[in-house]
Amino acid sequence: MGLEFNEETFRGDFSFKNSPKAIKRFPFPFPEDSYMYSVNMEPHVPGPKGSVFEHTFDVDEHYVSEMRDRAMVLADDPLRCQSLPHMTLAGWDLLELIMESKARDYPHWFELHKNGNKWHWINRPLEIEQKFTFLDETTLPCGPLEYITRQTQGDFTLQDQRDNNLFIEAGMVTTQADWSLDFDIGMSFQEWHAPVPMAHELGVFDRALKFLLKLQLGAPVRRFNWTMTVDPLLDTSPENYPKWGPTKTTLTMDNIGRRQHLRVELQTLHRLPRSNAIAFPIRAYLISFQDLVTVPKWARRLHRVIRDVPEPLATYKGFLRNRPLMVEYLSQFDDGKPTSPGWWPEPE
Amino acid sequence: MSVGAPKIPVVVAEVVELNPLIKRFRFVRTDGKPMPTFSGGAHIVVEMDDNGTRRMNPYSLMSDPTDTSGFEISVRRDDAGRGGSLYMHNHVRPGMAMQVSHPVNLFGLDLRAKKHLLIAGGIGITPFIAQMTQLEHLGHRFELHYSVRSPELGAYADDLKSRYGDRVHIYYDNQKHMIPLAELLEGQPLGTHLYVCGPKGMIAWVLGSAEAAGWHPSTLHSEEFLAPPVGHAFEVELAASRKTITVGPAQSLLEAMEAAGVDAPYLCRGGACGQCETDVHRCDGSIEHNDHWLTPEQKASNTKIMPCVSRFHGATLVIDR
Ligand code: HEM
Ligand code: FES
Repeated sequence: MGLEFNEETFRGDFSFKNSPKAIKRFPFPFPEDSYMYSVNMEPHVPGPKGSVFEHTFDVDEHYVSEMRDRAMVLADDPLRCQSLPHMTLAGWDLLELIMESKARDYPHWFELHKNGNKWHWINRPLEIEQKFTFLDETTLPCGPLEYITRQTQGDFTLQDQRDNNLFIEAGMVTTQADWSLDFDIGMSFQEWHAPVPMAHELGVFDRALKFLLKLQLGAPVRRFNWTMTVDPLLDTSPENYPKWGPTKTTLTMDNIGRRQHLRVELQTLHRLPRSNAIAFPIRAYLISFQDLVTVPKWARRLHRVIRDVPEPLATYKGFLRNRPLMVEYLSQFDDGKPTSPGWWPEPE
Repeated sequence: MSVGAPKIPVVVAEVVELNPLIKRFRFVRTDGKPMPTFSGGAHIVVEMDDNGTRRMNPYSLMSDPTDTSGFEISVRRDDAGRGGSLYMHNHVRPGMAMQVSHPVNLFGLDLRAKKHLLIAGGIGITPFIAQMTQLEHLGHRFELHYSVRSPELGAYADDLKSRYGDRVHIYYDNQKHMIPLAELLEGQPLGTHLYVCGPKGMIAWVLGSAEAAGWHPSTLHSEEFLAPPVGHAFEVELAASRKTITVGPAQSLLEAMEAAGVDAPYLCRGGACGQCETDVHRCDGSIEHNDHWLTPEQKASNTKIMPCVSRFHGATLVIDR
């Protein structure tokens, strides 16, 4: 593995770590000192150089290790990747979108050569080289969705659009915040969002769905979601709850800085050309509390957000039990000074 | 505001007169990039500069959805209309530079269907041409029933017949052919989806008969773009932009807002997609609701208007733009 990628684990000894560069570019999700659900979507246009928004699909120092972790999850539980038969075309659309984006944005790592439908894909970090026929499944080792998402960080779901609704009917889900593709597959937008508190009453989902049904080709959008995870575990799935749920009871003032992680999902939404489906990449970024508080603005703000977030949200996100401890730890880094709007660190 | 996606700069590569009423246009990009691929049933909005009046009409794409070298549409001349189709027929020539939108699909195929039953009337054939190309690529089962006035006006009938053989059925009105709808609706395998595109009366006939024959609404798909109707000039107050504008007789409210520099949302410009929905603050008079989007209750209450196709007559109309 080259110098550009960390040698690290997301299980067992949890050797995952963020370099100073990764901390600096961490997508801190709070533009203000409080948080409530909203239809927080903005165009997914290229952001500042070096930021996680610079490219359509961000490839960072965790790439190779994350892909290794995904392969282990799939080996234990193949149902983490599923695609209903009518979604194969959408899988090809996604494969094309990712290959074209990566080859354009990271030419030193990825190459895509096309001669009509004869494609040649090179993925240097993972040492993969594949010649195949676009739209011909028999020329790939597995389906197009599985093939490309074994090589791309983040979870992916594909939504079919019909009857003025979206249906989650394919996906690769191994780094999820406590939800299950196997359980949700086939559900409509309102159905799979049913467990979320407060947002339905606020009309968030009705408005979001209305917007997504009109999502246009060539105009992707993005939003953030966040939650809390003890230890840098990517696979916090309901299937494995017995393995990670109990770790929440082992946090102390001494270890919380190292073990408690803010988990941020950068979610993007893309209309796909041939299938008219919508792709929903969910990219998870983890940062330990002790790394996060090295940015004073983030430390102040996270303290205030966690302290004040409504109880139903803290319960749903699974940290109500540890909220007092989190607040106590974070309060050490909040001197009460005002924070500037927006999520970028202040020049301090 | 076309909701984000940038316009595509094109040049007209070819204009083919198929018959006295229908012309086909091919657009290629001027920036050298490939056209986006699309899904069968998608349309683009073509922007025209008609002597200083900006017109933007939606047309279904009929070219091969995987062909990234160009887009093709067919336009039927509407002599009584506001002039978009007349402009396309009379002024658009090969070599002309124009702008088109990214494709949007409001008439998508349901790829779960075991069979696709396609019913077209007149120029309503165009989205099906792209859909059949896509279905053929995918190896899906389909059948087309295409009704048209006469062999002279039956653009594409022979071509489709030779491409798809006995999966294509043509009906000529002037030879008293009729689509045997009742039989068609009865004899379909389980899991068939029905798609209809054509004149208003035909769509209502097909959907009404299918529902009466017990077809589930989720298996029925239709598309009808309304051309914005002409009417009397009227005044509108735009509350958010603090402007009062006059909508001309051959102009839509959406076009009048755009001409006044107000950035209003749209996608289909034909009363079908819902994107341009706008709150009405005050209405002393009556709104002519010409869209397919608002519910009958919303229309009756005059609390919403679809500026792409709807008009007003009366004393005052104030809307939230
Ligand atoms: C079409 C793509 C989308 C998919 C597949 C998706 C899927 C999900 C899933 C599986 C959950 C977890 C539900 C559970 O607890 O079981 C969730 C939560 C949520 N979703 Fe979505 N979602 C999508 C789009 C959106 C959009 C556009 C919004 C915009 C408002 C949204 C807002 C939320 C919120 C607020 C939560 C609660 C998250 C939390 O507090 O941790 N989702 N979504
Ligand atoms: S723009 Fe589609 S309904 Fe008005």
